[in-house]
Amino acid sequence: MSLPKDLLYSEEHEWIKKEGENVRIGITDFAQSELGDIVFVELPEVGDEIEADEPFGSVESVKTVSELYAPLSGKVVEVNEELEDNPEYVNESPYENAWMVVVEPSDESALDKLLSAEQYEEVIKED
Amino acid sequence: MAKENFPLIFERSKEGKSGYNLPALDVPEVNLEEELDDAYIRKVDAELPEVDELELMRHYTGLSNRNFGILSGFYPLGSCTMKYNPVINEDVARLPGFSHIHPYQDTKTIQGALKLMYDLQVHLEEITGMQEITLQPAAGSQGEWTALMIFKAFHEANGESHRNEVIVPDSAHGTNPASAAVAGFKVVEVKSNEKGLVDVEDLRSVVNENTAALMLTNPNTLGLFETEILEMSEIIHEAGGKMYYDGANLNAIMGYARPGDMGFDAVHLNLHKTFTGPHGGGGPGSGPIGVTEELAPFLPKPVVREKDGMYDFDYDLPQSIGMVKGYYGNFGINVRAYTYIRTMGAEGLKKVSEYAVLNANYIMRSLEEKYQLPFTQHCKHEFVISGNKQKAQGVRTLDIAKRLMDFDIHPPTVYFPLIVGEALMIEPTETESKETLDHFIESMIQIADEAENNPEIVQKAPYETDVKRLDETRASRKPVLSYQKQITKEA
Repeated sequence: MSLPKDLLYSEEHEWIKKEGENVRIGITDFAQSELGDIVFVELPEVGDEIEADEPFGSVESVKTVSELYAPLSGKVVEVNEELEDNPEYVNESPYENAWMVVVEPSDESALDKLLSAEQYEEVIKED
Repeated sequence: MAKENFPLIFERSKEGKSGYNLPALDVPEVNLEEELDDAYIRKVDAELPEVDELELMRHYTGLSNRNFGILSGFYPLGSCTMKYNPVINEDVARLPGFSHIHPYQDTKTIQGALKLMYDLQVHLEEITGMQEITLQPAAGSQGEWTALMIFKAFHEANGESHRNEVIVPDSAHGTNPASAAVAGFKVVEVKSNEKGLVDVEDLRSVVNENTAALMLTNPNTLGLFETEILEMSEIIHEAGGKMYYDGANLNAIMGYARPGDMGFDAVHLNLHKTFTGPHGGGGPGSGPIGVTEELAPFLPKPVVREKDGMYDFDYDLPQSIGMVKGYYGNFGINVRAYTYIRTMGAEGLKKVSEYAVLNANYIMRSLEEKYQLPFTQHCKHEFVISGNKQKAQGVRTLDIAKRLMDFDIHPPTVYFPLIVGEALMIEPTETESKETLDHFIESMIQIADEAENNPEIVQKAPYETDVKRLDETRASRKPVLSYQKQITKEA
């Protein structure tokens, strides 16, 4: 199970990468392996506001549909449109090709509440 | 012919073959060019398959032989109540007074059909403890939506149109939040506790002045009876909300407990589950709903009423939400449900629930050693086990489901409810013999042993079916939904 040390994580199994003012968001390797083969990814549009702990999209696998919960509030500035045609990226490359959105956080301090790789590892051990 | 190579009807086609002879033209011939604009005239013949009648019949018989239904074998699909549909239902549904009538016929000439609808409503009122029934909705999901629209109309009539939240447990059937969303409500989730029941304290915390309704299945999707149901009804009613009963699991409590007595304001029934309408392959379904007296004015119109021994449609419902289905519901299915209720009788229906619950508990206790049982109390008509023990051996629930097919068993519902990891949801129904239940138990135990000793056997299953492990991912990512000649050529 891959857990890059330079990323932050949420209890809802998203990874968050700080990039200057913005953050890049995707789902973790653990999440994709639990979901199984992903067949559809639904994402917001550029300009949409997302709200912490509220759904901002969904991923559908052969066995279930799961909502994506926003790890923080902010404005969507970029969306990975390639995922629409290539949902398999989520399984093959969760931390690279399958980034989902880039968000401009409305409150930077929200990042402090996120988990480190070690803390997230504890969360998935309990699952 | 190898079954894997079962040809498509298009592949059986040979140019010039035909299964019919049209009679000589006995009306004046029409020149299309004179009658129609050029844009509407087909220039290329439709590519219809050309086969003779015997080939056509072999095609359909071949398809039916590849199908797996309740008449092929055990079908323990949780939440779906795949029980045997008695043949007498078909006999009665084919009586000309039911099958050769027209929805616009003078109601004086179809008194028998109307009396059947009326009597079915009365029986369903008694079974559910509700005051009025509409037979219109064509499925459980449409029943849910209809009831929510009635709640909405009721709240609006009371000047409370701000009530826009519907509470749904995290273990609910997927249709519940979907119906609420389609009806224009915001969905609010309430959590389950460690016993698999709705957490009453969490319910208290999500109820507020915007609560329009709580949607609940009882017994719930884990097959467990919500023992705090009266308290839950009180919490919702005190907040001014309404209680909705998802009747998918009525088979567990029929004749023993009634949603009306638990405080529910609206109920749907799945006549194609509990009351032996044909099921699967599009049914069609029938999802009547029952409501309390205060909600009755909002029912879809028309309703069937009786006056001086004569039956008629009553359209005079000024507060009705309107019609929800063409004509009067899936009448043919309602005839089958009526037949079932009358052939079983009140005592018979109680026995149905008794055996449904006994069969489920028998299987559950026989499997609890080999499989993880997340909730250990007695179940009702169905139960959920987890494949977590097998997951540790590299065998997933999907593999177990596939392997079951080698034992001539239709896999149970898998990966639902969502609150149990690697879930298998098993509902045997009352119509199965002990021998069949034992065959299922032995098969499940063998699969658990295989998972422990030789997981590859399970991982690569099935072996005995016409087609082997299908590529479900590719089917979802790149679905081929219609026949196109060039695709067949490539393949």
